Amino acid sequence: MVVASRKAAYHHKDGEMTETLVKKNMSASRTSAVPNYRGQQVELGRETVGNVRCANPFMVAENVNVFYGDNHAIKDVTLEIGKKEVIALIGPSGCGKSTFLRCLNRMNDSIESARVTGNISLDGGDIYDKTLDPVVLRARVGMVFQKPNPFPKSIYDNVAYGPRIHGLAGDRAELDDIVHRSLERAGLLKEVKDRLDDPGTSLSGGQQQRLCIARTIAVNPEVILMDEPCSALDPIATARIEDLMDELCEDYAIVIVTHSMQQAARVSRRVAYFHLGYLVEVDDTDKVFTNPHHKLTEDYITGRIG
Amino acid sequence: MHSTTLILLMGFMSIAAFYLGRSRSLAVVGGPGRGKGLHSLPGYHGYFVSIWCVLPPLALLSGWMLVEPGIITAMVVKSLPASQQELPAGELNLLINNIRNLATGDVVSAAINADFQRAADLYNEYNATSRRLLSVLVLGLAALGGALAWRRIHPDLRARNKVETVIRWALIVASSIAVFTTIGIVLSVLFEAIVFFQKVPVSEFLFGTTWSPQTAIRADQVGSSGSFGAVPLFAGTMLITAIAMIVAVPVGLMTAIFLAEYSSARVRGIAKPLLEILAGIPTVVYGFFAALTVAPWVRRVGESAGFEVASESALAAGLVMGIMIIPLVSSLTDDAINAVPSAMRDGALGLGSTRSETMTKVILPAALPGIVGGILLAVSRAIGETMIVVMAAGLAANLTANPFSAVTTVTVQIVTLLVGDQEFDSAKTLAAFALGLMLFIVTLILNIIGLYTVRKYREQYE
Ligand SMILES: Nc1ncnc2c1ncn2[C@@H]1O[C@H](COP(=O)(O)OP(=O)(O)O)[C@@H](O)[C@H]1O
Ligand SMILES: [Mg+2]
Repeated sequence: MVVASRKAAYHHKDGEMTETLVKKNMSASRTSAVPNYRGQQVELGRETVGNVRCANPFMVAENVNVFYGDNHAIKDVTLEIGKKEVIALIGPSGCGKSTFLRCLNRMNDSIESARVTGNISLDGGDIYDKTLDPVVLRARVGMVFQKPNPFPKSIYDNVAYGPRIHGLAGDRAELDDIVHRSLERAGLLKEVKDRLDDPGTSLSGGQQQRLCIARTIAVNPEVILMDEPCSALDPIATARIEDLMDELCEDYAIVIVTHSMQQAARVSRRVAYFHLGYLVEVDDTDKVFTNPHHKLTEDYITGRIG
Repeated sequence: MHSTTLILLMGFMSIAAFYLGRSRSLAVVGGPGRGKGLHSLPGYHGYFVSIWCVLPPLALLSGWMLVEPGIITAMVVKSLPASQQELPAGELNLLINNIRNLATGDVVSAAINADFQRAADLYNEYNATSRRLLSVLVLGLAALGGALAWRRIHPDLRARNKVETVIRWALIVASSIAVFTTIGIVLSVLFEAIVFFQKVPVSEFLFGTTWSPQTAIRADQVGSSGSFGAVPLFAGTMLITAIAMIVAVPVGLMTAIFLAEYSSARVRGIAKPLLEILAGIPTVVYGFFAALTVAPWVRRVGESAGFEVASESALAAGLVMGIMIIPLVSSLTDDAINAVPSAMRDGALGLGSTRSETMTKVILPAALPGIVGGILLAVSRAIGETMIVVMAAGLAANLTANPFSAVTTVTVQIVTLLVGDQEFDSAKTLAAFALGLMLFIVTLILNIIGLYTVRKYREQYE
């Protein structure tokens, strides 16, 4: 069967990186000290501590800077994200975690004042390439938001939305199949299979968030970005989403922003600590939590866990 | 004393009362530095005294104004010779009117004799006495009220609470004015309409298809009865409204979509105020435009395409009315679109929707109830619009669906029925009230549905 797939049509040619964006050398600004979690001045150091590289890189961000007008929100961040790896972004509010996350699927494009420099590649292809349509990128790099945001449509239509606009299903049976599989993978099918025609907004908060995850995996992405996906949920719903992440990382790379150290420790394999727009430390989760190398990281983690 | 002078004097007194009250409140606690000893701030004591100085005399003044004419007239009538006192009501009224006119120096429609002159002089005299008495009483009451209030000033006086109570009542009175006016309007229209329906059966009015309200003056003339079938008027209204909506809805919607989702902040900053200016143009100006520019143009284009076009056509009026309504539709739609949480937009974009997919598949469906409500409000605006139709669509009550012919609308007929000299109890004049009542009911229903859907939808995302 031939399916008109927008996604397939835009897939990257050879995975060659195009140098379309200007690299700026921002490392000079790292020499000064910055205030830590408690307001004490701490030396930042020239480089990100730990290991920004990983064994099997899938998404690679090199020297990324983001400006909102004059506000320099992300400063020279380099980070690799591995295939089928869960990486957690942590750090105090306003340090640029969401901004960095939005760079990875070009959601910053819709913010008028935002400007991104540096290089980000997905599976070897530059995602800021002028010829690449962000629409296609977003089908490959899905996103789950802080507050569950199901569309005011039925549960079925919420999940079918992505496959429909991307032309992933040839006929109704195929679409049904995608919807059921996605709900199943998101651990929601049992609860909703008798009421697929009910509005998505009639579900509880935790179910809504799983519906949003189902909606995201229905377009078969390669990376899933999650921006504090549990901060609006109760502990039980949170635990379900965390279990779900453990299963999903068998197929997808997951980048999760979280304010909960426990959550980061439970679900992620690597942790990246951001501070005032700088990427301070990246390493394996157990290393960062048991033995952080940077003073800022240590201060933050001890401050958070108490 | 003239009542304007009186009110001016009372104004001065109230200002004086304010300062007197304020300074006394400070004096009773022992000087400006000790204001903390007062329950209420000194200013509230000032307002308290001021209110007592103004409100009672004001009440007296308005009560006096209400009863004064009746009492004076009765007293003048008493002084007339017995033969005249026993005249039938109509003639007595005429006589009193003449006395009043003579007294004030207006034109009098009767011979002036001694009795008559005496009554007029008496009338003037009573009036002057009444005014003198009133001035004294009002000023005295003001002074008395102010003085009593002034004496009550005490550190524990709850002046603030009393002033707040007065303010609250003043606000309640002000806001009920609009409500009572509405009720008054409805009742007056309703009563006149009932009189009309005693002359013309409701069924004829609602279902008759001929509208020619010209009743002849003499009963034996042709067409003396007139005919009051309102169907052509409502059909004309619907036709013009439909044309207006065909123009306004798509253009307004697209304008709103562009402004809300596609335009840059700069374009939006220029276009929104421009649209608001368009909404502020008086409809009579649109009327010129319709009659002088659009109607001839419609005629030329229509005729070159082989249609027969009246010089005043439903199409011209409808087109211009549509343009007039565009800002209303676009601003209500814009509100509805902006009320859709940006999380919906992000969610759709995050799944890889294009801008137009986000718009048509997510945002518009979510905003639909608000948009529908806005359109209903626009429809009711179009139905009630008069000026453009008077100037561009004509007065001929044709029952037709042809947009090139002249039609007329309910509002236009109301205007023509009431303009010029009329007997107030003729069926022709009363018909205007029946039409007004119908119009009121229809627009009321549309407004209720429109506001209800707009509001219900707003709550959905809160
Ligand atoms: N849409 C925006 N427009 C302008 N500035 C923004 C915007 N979003 C975030 N910022 C700024 O960028 C910085 C990082 O914000 P964000 O990425 O939201 O931090 P975090 O998610 O870590 O709390 C903050 O200083 C914030 O004020
Ligand atoms: Mg954030």
